[in-house]
Amino acid sequence: MSGHSSYQPQNRLLRWFEARLPVGWLIHSSFVAYPTPRNLNYWWTFGGILSFMLTVQIVTGVVLTMHFTPTATQAFDSVEHIMRDVNYGWLLRYLHANGGSMFFLAVYIHMFRGLYYGSYKEPREVLWILGVIIFFLMMASAFMGYVLPWGQMSFWAATVITNLFSAIPIFGKGITEWLWGGYAVDNPTLQRFFSLHYLLPFMIAGVVVLHVWALHVVGQNNPTGIDVKSDKDTVPFTPYATAKDGFALVCFLILLAWFVFYIPNYLSHPDNYIPANPLQTPPHIVPEWYFLPYYAILRAIPSKLIGVIALFASIAVLAFLPWLDTSKVRSARYRPLFRQFFWIFVICCIGLGYLGSKQPEGLYVIAARILTAYYFLYFLVILPVLGLIERPKAVPASISEAVLPKGGAPVAAGAAAPDRNG
Amino acid sequence: MAATDTAEPSRRDFLYIATAAVGAVGAAATVWPLISQMNPDASVLALALAEVDLAPIAEGQIVTVKWRGKPVFIAHRTKKEIEEARAVPLAQLIDPQSDEARVKKGHEQWLVVVGICTHLGCVPLGHQGSYGGWFCPCHGSEYDTSGRVRRSPAPYNLEVPPYEFASDTLVRIG
Repeated sequence: MSGHSSYQPQNRLLRWFEARLPVGWLIHSSFVAYPTPRNLNYWWTFGGILSFMLTVQIVTGVVLTMHFTPTATQAFDSVEHIMRDVNYGWLLRYLHANGGSMFFLAVYIHMFRGLYYGSYKEPREVLWILGVIIFFLMMASAFMGYVLPWGQMSFWAATVITNLFSAIPIFGKGITEWLWGGYAVDNPTLQRFFSLHYLLPFMIAGVVVLHVWALHVVGQNNPTGIDVKSDKDTVPFTPYATAKDGFALVCFLILLAWFVFYIPNYLSHPDNYIPANPLQTPPHIVPEWYFLPYYAILRAIPSKLIGVIALFASIAVLAFLPWLDTSKVRSARYRPLFRQFFWIFVICCIGLGYLGSKQPEGLYVIAARILTAYYFLYFLVILPVLGLIERPKAVPASISEAVLPKGGAPVAAGAAAPDRNG
Repeated sequence: MAATDTAEPSRRDFLYIATAAVGAVGAAATVWPLISQMNPDASVLALALAEVDLAPIAEGQIVTVKWRGKPVFIAHRTKKEIEEARAVPLAQLIDPQSDEARVKKGHEQWLVVVGICTHLGCVPLGHQGSYGGWFCPCHGSEYDTSGRVRRSPAPYNLEVPPYEFASDTLVRIG
């Protein structure tokens, strides 16, 4: 982000300002003139959707804070107060709660897109790891936010998750009591979770800035996975990417609106409308849907400590992915074997999610163990070995050769050309 | 570091190391209160003692009291329940411990345990499960009439909190 401004506004006042702080240049070069690969498909629109959802969560969250009381005696009642008394309180809370779910839906699609098209490979390792950090912060944020309404599910989610740390040998008990600020989940726990739940989204926003910065240094990946070689391979961000991102965002918001206005409680649990009771555990406790695969991994392993280690390892392994995948070819389009294992992996993750919602008994446990094994084998064995034994298909010489008809026809025709490699 | 060719550490090196060391101690001293404030505070510690009158608890009954924000089960065990707990060979247990070691001598009918499943912290249900003790609804762990784990995934027996009998009918937990 050097200061030399090639962007020259017409207005004299703006020119004066630009010479002192080149904000216009930053916006123009990042979101207007920025060259994007001409073959980006709709899977590439989720970055923009995620930025928008982060903004939605921060705006609705800041407003909800104005009406919420973060104490064990009043938290539950103040949430009901928001629902019944505050003007549009129901809308803001349902937006925030369902917005969290949609945020995770978008981030999972974004991550699977990165996995499929090899977006984590050289030179995008740092970009990918920053993304893993954002994902981890998101999970912490979502968990602590879920605790705030102080219903039965909130309380017992806090209890079960903080108890994960009690698996640590020797220090476990001390660490959990330090996390709770007491001998059990109670008022001090709620208050610190509230503080951190307010802090973490701004930390996420900070890492998002680094994530976007890293993206603009190395450039976007694209469905062919090959590098941009000439101007013919790219189109300017505006209007091409802005229009495509905008359209995808609107479609995504329709989905969000459907949840908010028609089935606002579909993704939550009725037990969370019962005030927290430290002396009684609900008969069936499960986390929110976006944590179910990890919950299944935790329960698949009979040892408490190893189960907790596997849970954290299942996320941490993503950070090492750039070095675990030994193939030089990025996109799955040119990797016939990888593509099959990838889709099995997707099914495996969905399967783990399903099993996480079931009681850990009988066949469910066996299935969870098989899928957990595949989850780790995929990263630790299949990806390293595939790169060595797989014979990739021929990769096109450039993006424009892959997507434009021979003879350099105009852009409009190129956009409609069938994808010969898909 | 200083651009000298001598292998000997110079006075400047000493100053660098000394400055860094003092800085590190200062940073640690600054961070400590920020970490320590999250530990249980004085008001929480003050509530760390609970007294329970045992007189109204009938034989065969389990009552739940709150101690340090956690449930504590006080079970008035029947003769049969005590015999069952004592008849089990230790080799059969997941976390071997004799019933005698889990109750106070002379007060064998009273079992006092923290009512938190040692797996992930749920509250088990009393008089349920195949061992006549407790059953955890979350992940299916079972405990016997001595609060010892008999079925996984829980790794340990229900914890026995520190307690003493102030008299035959008054127990002081904590």
